[in-house]
Amino acid sequence: MNWLTGGGEPAQKFLLMFLAIALFILIVGLILFLVDRPQNPKKWFLALGFLGLPVLGLGFGLVYPAIETIRNSFLNRDATKFVGLDNYVTAFTTPEFLVVLRNTAIWVLVVPIVATFIGLVYAVVVDRSRFEKFAKALIFLPMAISMVGASIIWGFVYAFRPVQGNIQQIGLLNQVLVWLGIPPQQFLINQPWNTFFLIVILIWIQTGFAMTLLSAAIKAIPDDIVEAARLDGLYGIGMFRYITVPSIRPTLVVVLTTIAITTLKVFDIVRTTTGGQFGTSVVANEFYRQSFVTLNTGLGAALAVLLFVLVIPIIWYNVRQLRLAEEVR
Amino acid sequence: MTRTSGDFRGRRALALGAGTATVALLLAACGGGDGDDGASPTAGGTAAESSIDCSVFDQFGDLQGKTVTVYTSIVDPESQSHIDSYKPFEACTGVTISYEGSREFEAQLPVRIQAGNPPDIAIVNQPGSLRTLVNRFDAVKPVPDAVKQEVEENFSQSWIDYGTVDGTLYAAPYDANVKSFVWYSPKAFKDAGYEVPKTWDELMTLTAKIQSDTGNPPWCAGVESGDATGWPGTDWVEDMVLRFAGIDVYNKWVDHEIPFNDPQIIDAWDKAGDILKSDKYVNAGLGDVSSIATTAWSSAGLGITQGTCWLHRAANFYAAQWPEGTDISEDGDVWAFYLPAQIEDEHPVLVGGPFIAALADRPEVQAFQTYLASTDWSNEKAKVSASGWVSANKHLDPSLLNNDFDRYVYGVLTDPKTVAGYDASDQMPSEVGAGTFWTGIVNWLTGQSTQQVADTIEASWPASS
Amino acid sequence: MTTTPQASLPAQTLTLNQRAAKVRRRLSNPWASGIAIVLAILWTLPTLGLLITSFRTQTDINASGWWTVFGKIFTGDANFTLENYDTALHGSTTNLAQFFVNSIVITLPSVVIPISIALLAAYAFAWIDFPGRDWLFVAVFALQVVPIQVTMIPLLRAYVSWGIGGSFWSVWLSHSIFALPLAIFLLHNFMKDIPRSLVEAATMDGAGHVKIFFRVVFPLMVPAIAAFGIFQFLWVWNDLLVALVFVGGRPDVAPLTVRVAELSGTRGGQWHLLSAGAFISMVVPLIVFVSLQRYFVRGLLAGSVKG
Repeated sequence: MNWLTGGGEPAQKFLLMFLAIALFILIVGLILFLVDRPQNPKKWFLALGFLGLPVLGLGFGLVYPAIETIRNSFLNRDATKFVGLDNYVTAFTTPEFLVVLRNTAIWVLVVPIVATFIGLVYAVVVDRSRFEKFAKALIFLPMAISMVGASIIWGFVYAFRPVQGNIQQIGLLNQVLVWLGIPPQQFLINQPWNTFFLIVILIWIQTGFAMTLLSAAIKAIPDDIVEAARLDGLYGIGMFRYITVPSIRPTLVVVLTTIAITTLKVFDIVRTTTGGQFGTSVVANEFYRQSFVTLNTGLGAALAVLLFVLVIPIIWYNVRQLRLAEEVR
Repeated sequence: MTRTSGDFRGRRALALGAGTATVALLLAACGGGDGDDGASPTAGGTAAESSIDCSVFDQFGDLQGKTVTVYTSIVDPESQSHIDSYKPFEACTGVTISYEGSREFEAQLPVRIQAGNPPDIAIVNQPGSLRTLVNRFDAVKPVPDAVKQEVEENFSQSWIDYGTVDGTLYAAPYDANVKSFVWYSPKAFKDAGYEVPKTWDELMTLTAKIQSDTGNPPWCAGVESGDATGWPGTDWVEDMVLRFAGIDVYNKWVDHEIPFNDPQIIDAWDKAGDILKSDKYVNAGLGDVSSIATTAWSSAGLGITQGTCWLHRAANFYAAQWPEGTDISEDGDVWAFYLPAQIEDEHPVLVGGPFIAALADRPEVQAFQTYLASTDWSNEKAKVSASGWVSANKHLDPSLLNNDFDRYVYGVLTDPKTVAGYDASDQMPSEVGAGTFWTGIVNWLTGQSTQQVADTIEASWPASS
Repeated sequence: MTTTPQASLPAQTLTLNQRAAKVRRRLSNPWASGIAIVLAILWTLPTLGLLITSFRTQTDINASGWWTVFGKIFTGDANFTLENYDTALHGSTTNLAQFFVNSIVITLPSVVIPISIALLAAYAFAWIDFPGRDWLFVAVFALQVVPIQVTMIPLLRAYVSWGIGGSFWSVWLSHSIFALPLAIFLLHNFMKDIPRSLVEAATMDGAGHVKIFFRVVFPLMVPAIAAFGIFQFLWVWNDLLVALVFVGGRPDVAPLTVRVAELSGTRGGQWHLLSAGAFISMVVPLIVFVSLQRYFVRGLLAGSVKG
């Protein structure tokens, strides 16, 4: 039964794939069938039926490793000795660490807000226009490129060549500067602006995400609400401000939150463009370096825990929003 | 299977090689065609069956049908010649070698070891990581006697030492690269009437001369390499330490018997600064000193073929970076001269190269290990390799190497006068060798002084490793 | 000025729809068009640059900017090559088609399974009032922040001991688990916006939760499922890390990204090949996006409230 574990001819692989999906449907169907049996099921029984699988999966795949990480953060570099808070002390007393923390804060504030804002504006202006599908595909395009690919593209945009003899610029941004009569710049070196040039890359990618979800939310705004607002004399920016934004507020919060958490975890961009040099590193990049380059398991785990901690304000904000929404309902 | 033009460099070079290589190419082409299980070579690679002595492997018993997995950082297109070089062994023993290359090898190998899923053979790139695998994970098996014999016969003592941890030989050298070269254009040199320098002083005189003749910087350099940005710069510094402080100081520096910021090191490092930190001498066609930090190492030297740059210090493997159609020969478009030392008779050379670590000790794994340490393998690999491959094996037949440049490199490597220093950053603890040393280079190029940078690196040296 | 009428909607909504659209059209121009065009150009330009670059030789890429080709087309000096694509497509020992097959086989279950599970979970969080619901929801949502890297060793260890290390099963399982927190979070957001009256009406009719889920809720979730489905597809299709860790050692199971990542060569010196590789692997996600867009239907919720 070698083909059951993969490999083999394409036909066998597809067969295996359909088998897996069928097996999954069978299991879920069975669970739902059982849940539906009793006339008046208890709440916990229902919850178990609907939530059993995901809770099991998450417990095994994410909760257990997370707990192990927290434990490792109190152990030494090869996880053989308890060292208390030493790793946290090391992390916080490294000279560059404040820069890393500052950069992470900039990333997590700027990326979600700018990406969501541009995505929202774009979703609104192309909504119901004749070229809507094509226009959306253009903004979505960057999402289809891997982070590493995106970093390479932007490496081209930022590329620098000196003013020397007949050497031409090969980076678009510097060429534009040269056309404007401004000397070319080393975008990736000059601190602290280089961080913003890296942030642009993630905004470029994430805007498509924001635009797609917000567009779906905008389409769910009932037309009679829009129509009523028209009769009240609301147009353009007024409509945007008083009807569109309030109606999709929950989705806005979700999009902001999701992009913020993604941003916290992103290290590929920094790693491929500058390798964290020139004062551009972020916590996720340091976590990756410590865990997989220098193999300092303890310090790496401590940095991962720091990521968990950084997400707490975001969770708190969401819980508040959830409560508010609950009260309205 | 149609491979339309198939005209990318590695393959064409292969086809132009020895007859066996052509057969191997055909076999590889057919093997890829059925789309099934592409990584394990097709059985019956009989092309080179007679080329090695199979009886060596009798001591390991009947190995027919066994499989050995190999994990490396070498990917397409370079990987093909490695896979091909295993074929005679497969033909002898009936063992299947399953090859896997990944650019994430370094990060993934510890993960696999810790998860209980290690490969049989790992081609580790640095003595530093070999030490980590031995000390930290207790994952590497000491070499069997058969391998030990081969290694002692084929390699010089310094290479044996790099594969040794705490007195036990754990890994045989795989292949080698030589970093102490300066690439230049023989044609341009001839037209301008420049001579290849023989000593460091001559090199500096030439540098000044080119600068005053052309009014532009003669040297081009680049240390950008994604997440490994900085490494080409560490090679520069190491070359200088070998030349101006000597091999003994070099080795003490590597082992941290003297501090990283020892005055002798600072002095040597400043010699690199005479070129790399002088706006007059760098960065030809690419910008000022700081542009070295953002220029990709892979494209930094290309100005030599475009006439914007005269001198580029890079390893022998930079040969693979020249655009297709570049004539690499002693009087052609590009060639490299040995980066001179203080006097002509001294030949310190900065070398690097991977090692063969066995993570299992089954008979078929040990048999394969024995094969890889042998001259048979080196010769076989030389036959099927494209340009840019050499080994430190003393008994390798140089005539089998791909081209004149490789023979020249092999000559430098095995010259009795040569004093080889293994890449220091690859031997240092990874916090330094793949961390603060790299960052230090970048900070140095973007403004910090040598002393400042060396002090920071010294402070980052892990307490006990 | 016409808008395409959507056949699935009741007539009354249609006219409303059209009128609203007309009003908006009249009012939101030309500023809106201007903004849309500027953004579209800014967002497309880097990709266009890469596309042109992928047809240039290594020497040209390093000597001049990609925009210079426009001038050169007129003078007849433009120099294009298919070599990057040729190497990307045929340079490997393994047939590229095999990687495509693997990518598809990996991606489909990794999209279907987590979305189905997440839909059920989101339903429970939105409409079943069980004790500890809010806490559990916050916990699930917070799990988004766990970096996949910390899960690699424990998960791989488990897979190896179950004998499914390096198989499709381990990749499907991993992707499904990793997608759950975000999927549940996003779908819950859309799920709870379904008008309470709809669900209550169904309860009055004596429908159980399973029936309500399939009859009432699921049809209303189609746009949200399409939106999230696109992203889950993208993430799985573009994933390199999970593939590297869990199918490592099994080249016959490896997806396209593993091949594309290798294109830049052992020392990363052949990065110009990545431009061609990026476009080859972009094709499928783009097709998926364009074809799923038609599920972004307007007014499904609004329409059903009235009906």
